[in-house]
Amino acid sequence: MYDILVIGGGVVGGMILRELSRFNAKICLLEKESDVAMGASRANSGISHAGFDAKEGSLKAKFNVLGASMMPKVTEELGVKYKNNGSIVVGFNDEDMETLQGLYERGLKNGVKGLKIIDQQELRTLEPNISDDAVGALFATTAGIVCPYELAIASIGNAMDNGAELKLNFEVDKIETGEYFTVTSKDGQVVKAKYIVNSAGIYSDKIAGLIGDNSFKIGARKGEYILLDKESGNFVNHTLFFCPTKKGKGILVSQTVDNNIILGPTATEQDDKDDVTTTADGLNDVIASANKLCKKVPVFNSITSFAGLRAYSDRHDFIIEKSALNDKFYNVAGIESPGLTSAPAIGDFIANEVAKDLNLNKKDNFNPTRKADYFFKNLTNEEKNAVIKKIPEYGKIVCRCESITLGEILRAIRENPKATTVDGIKRRTRAGMGRCQGGFCQPVIVSVLAKELGIPYEQVTKSGKGSEINVGRTK
Amino acid sequence: MKNYDLVVVGGGPAGMAAAVAAFDAGVKNILIIERDTKLGGVLNQCVHNGFGLTRFKENLAGPEYAEKFSDEVEKRDIDVMLSTMVLEVGADKTVTAMNSEYGVFTLKPMAIILAMGCRERSKGALNIAGARSAGIYSAGTAQRYVNIEGYLPGKNVVILGSGDIGLIMARRMTLEGAKVHAVCEIMPFSSGLKRNIVQCLDDFGIPLYLNHTIVDIQGKERVTGVTIAEVNPVDKKPIKGTEIHFDCDTVLFSVGLIPENELTKNAGIPMSPRTKGAIVNQYRETDVEGIFACGNVLHVHDLVDFASEEAEIAGRSAYEYISGKLNKEKTVNLINGANIGYVLPQKITVPSGDVKVFFRVTNVFKNVTFKVKDGDEVVISKKKLTVAPGEMETIVLKSDLLSANKSGNITIELEAQND
Amino acid sequence: MTEKLLTCVECPRGCQITVTLDDGKVVSVVGNFCPRGKVYAENECVNPKRVVTSTMNSDIGVLVPVRTDKPVLKANIFDVMKKINATTCKTPIKLGDVIIANIDGDANLIASKTVK
Repeated sequence: MYDILVIGGGVVGGMILRELSRFNAKICLLEKESDVAMGASRANSGISHAGFDAKEGSLKAKFNVLGASMMPKVTEELGVKYKNNGSIVVGFNDEDMETLQGLYERGLKNGVKGLKIIDQQELRTLEPNISDDAVGALFATTAGIVCPYELAIASIGNAMDNGAELKLNFEVDKIETGEYFTVTSKDGQVVKAKYIVNSAGIYSDKIAGLIGDNSFKIGARKGEYILLDKESGNFVNHTLFFCPTKKGKGILVSQTVDNNIILGPTATEQDDKDDVTTTADGLNDVIASANKLCKKVPVFNSITSFAGLRAYSDRHDFIIEKSALNDKFYNVAGIESPGLTSAPAIGDFIANEVAKDLNLNKKDNFNPTRKADYFFKNLTNEEKNAVIKKIPEYGKIVCRCESITLGEILRAIRENPKATTVDGIKRRTRAGMGRCQGGFCQPVIVSVLAKELGIPYEQVTKSGKGSEINVGRTK
Repeated sequence: MKNYDLVVVGGGPAGMAAAVAAFDAGVKNILIIERDTKLGGVLNQCVHNGFGLTRFKENLAGPEYAEKFSDEVEKRDIDVMLSTMVLEVGADKTVTAMNSEYGVFTLKPMAIILAMGCRERSKGALNIAGARSAGIYSAGTAQRYVNIEGYLPGKNVVILGSGDIGLIMARRMTLEGAKVHAVCEIMPFSSGLKRNIVQCLDDFGIPLYLNHTIVDIQGKERVTGVTIAEVNPVDKKPIKGTEIHFDCDTVLFSVGLIPENELTKNAGIPMSPRTKGAIVNQYRETDVEGIFACGNVLHVHDLVDFASEEAEIAGRSAYEYISGKLNKEKTVNLINGANIGYVLPQKITVPSGDVKVFFRVTNVFKNVTFKVKDGDEVVISKKKLTVAPGEMETIVLKSDLLSANKSGNITIELEAQND
Repeated sequence: MTEKLLTCVECPRGCQITVTLDDGKVVSVVGNFCPRGKVYAENECVNPKRVVTSTMNSDIGVLVPVRTDKPVLKANIFDVMKKINATTCKTPIKLGDVIIANIDGDANLIASKTVK
């Protein structure tokens, strides 16, 4: 019997799990995929928003501003890359500038610091590649960039290091209520718990529905992205936005924490909650919009394109509340942008609420840090040599584009939450994320995975069952 | 760590040939740094034949060609460091590398030869719509799975791009029991060698769709199909209504090779946007004195014999440089004129001997005349029946022609006759 | 008299060869750069042949690259593959060692790499 089950291993579920792991409680995360961070946390813009977008008084505004202020510390503790690069919302005409003034004022009301309206000249100094048509901008110095899946993985890993459990490939199919919850997976596994936190992303309405709570509906909005080679990594310095419209923040052009440039996302609402294919129209849209924001976007330096699904609710604000049907069932749903930014604050809030309800005490020995020898390539030569002396595998580079060593790959397989797939290794180490997209290192990674997991080479998958990389031996 | 006179970065065919030539010329302290566990580079996985016809007058398989050179390296007192990655090359001629045994270390040789080879352009560079499921590989990755690891990446294959590796893999996967349904090529001509169209596609009845590209890839966990379509030959945009669907579990990409020049660029060595390699003179010396480049890191060759030949020039020149014998009085720039994609070397320092110049044309042409010009004056004129971008052309510029150069420039251009 | 256009596969030059046939017999070969082209063109019209290259299992688990030392009948390529796939070669093996003698006609299968 668990005290608390968290359903859904994205960045929101991950931060909730991590904050819960501060308490003396038996907790477990259920994830339907073969790895954590497979939903919206896998593919989004990776922006820590300043907090001027959301309407004052909304949950979005509250958690955004709070989350943004927590982000530097959380990422440092978890060894996750974060850069306070600042964001710029670009205006192209008088109407835009009026909107920006409105955002500026809303930001002040929301408690956002470091906001400033800048003129064309200052904008061009900050961003030399900005479109000639841009006339001014709202500059938010507190905004930053963070890698969404990295934050999800690290928070779950940290929670596990502090005693939390993780069940992968556990697709919740049935929840029976009573004195406690009995949760059954699609393949018949059963777990029991006193309390449930539903953070199942685009499927959180379905999960709530399992206890009869149909108080909200979640839709899927597809966002397509193009990623540019780090050779173009300084094309822009900040995160550049158009003025927001009813459809959202629109397509952005931003640096990423790994020195790439990201273009996107589109925003297409769709019924299929599994379809993450890119489309010709979508990618063309991304390119066209990026070229409106900036001059001569180096799209020729593209290294990959991808799509992700963001959840949005019919209530147009975050849903962070106890279910009206069951006071031991928390819904954390509709966490669309600024969800990533808000995640640390949501995690903190939920954990404390649940702890109050269950009367939990804090652990004496909670370790908030996830030991960081992560970014091996960023260490000094002396530091590298000290690591290699101890663990020689760190001297062997496997992914040449991103300079990722065998040591880091082994660590990704052995450390919480353990990588079991090629994509899992990629998200944890960046091996295969560079310009050759795994062309050279994938066969090596497959063989390391096979050996470490003790499975035949041909059973190694890209991303879980059915995605085997090879179909069998040649002879 | 021992002090080396010459460090060769990369132990593929170019690196090995450069080291051997440098040794034979007189450089005695040579180190080859190779990232893989053995010498030979990509030749180790190229089990097909067709290598070494010029040099050895034999039709060798890739591993044989590699072994002939690694034997030569072994016979000489040339040090080889395997499983070692060069992290940085400095313009001050430093080489920083890393391996499990020594950790990170820096060498300061008198000369450096860059021979890192090339990599495949990935699917990601094309922004092709559709799924990113398992079953999508570059042709070279599939080649490694089949020929080195011994695993078949898929059973029903569609290949995008008719580069040689794609063609070779069409045959290779067919021989190992897969069904290759189609090879599609966005250009109106194949970028691969003609012989490979015959012996890799025609022999097995594999259709080649010219002016076609992939417009969609389907499948969730694994690829289940692709849709290809004809493109408008001018803007390369797919033409609606020409779509053809194939059920398949695998898509291979053979859409070009790119010299792997991260080290070169980080060293601040001037690059050519045309070759995507360093700008070099006839010694294959970059604009940074004492740093040479050769093989596919300099420009992508279609024949390994050419890469070896170029590497030997670099090797011998490294010796000349180390012993202070490279004499450079005047520089003549080589310029790619009409219908020429690139020329290599991009400059020639005079005095020089005869210089063999390599170049590629931009399109398929028939009945052409190559013209070499000193300013406006045509100094060489050479006819050819057919030319294609996939096949490297050469022309020899005589020593006296070079020293007589007046304009400071030599332009090579192609004049195509209308049919 | 009939004419046949061929691309020579002997080397990467890929000569475009015109063969003139009279009642199935080769009368003339034009367009070949070297003597190998002539032989290729003659064979191609009567009895097409190809060098087969592949890999073979070995007793130490690694794959050994192999090839035929002469072209084999094109029609027999898949038979040759079957023989290759049914065999496990013994190591150590030296480059050029014959693994299967007379795999097709007088063509032998040889190792294209030394494996210690």
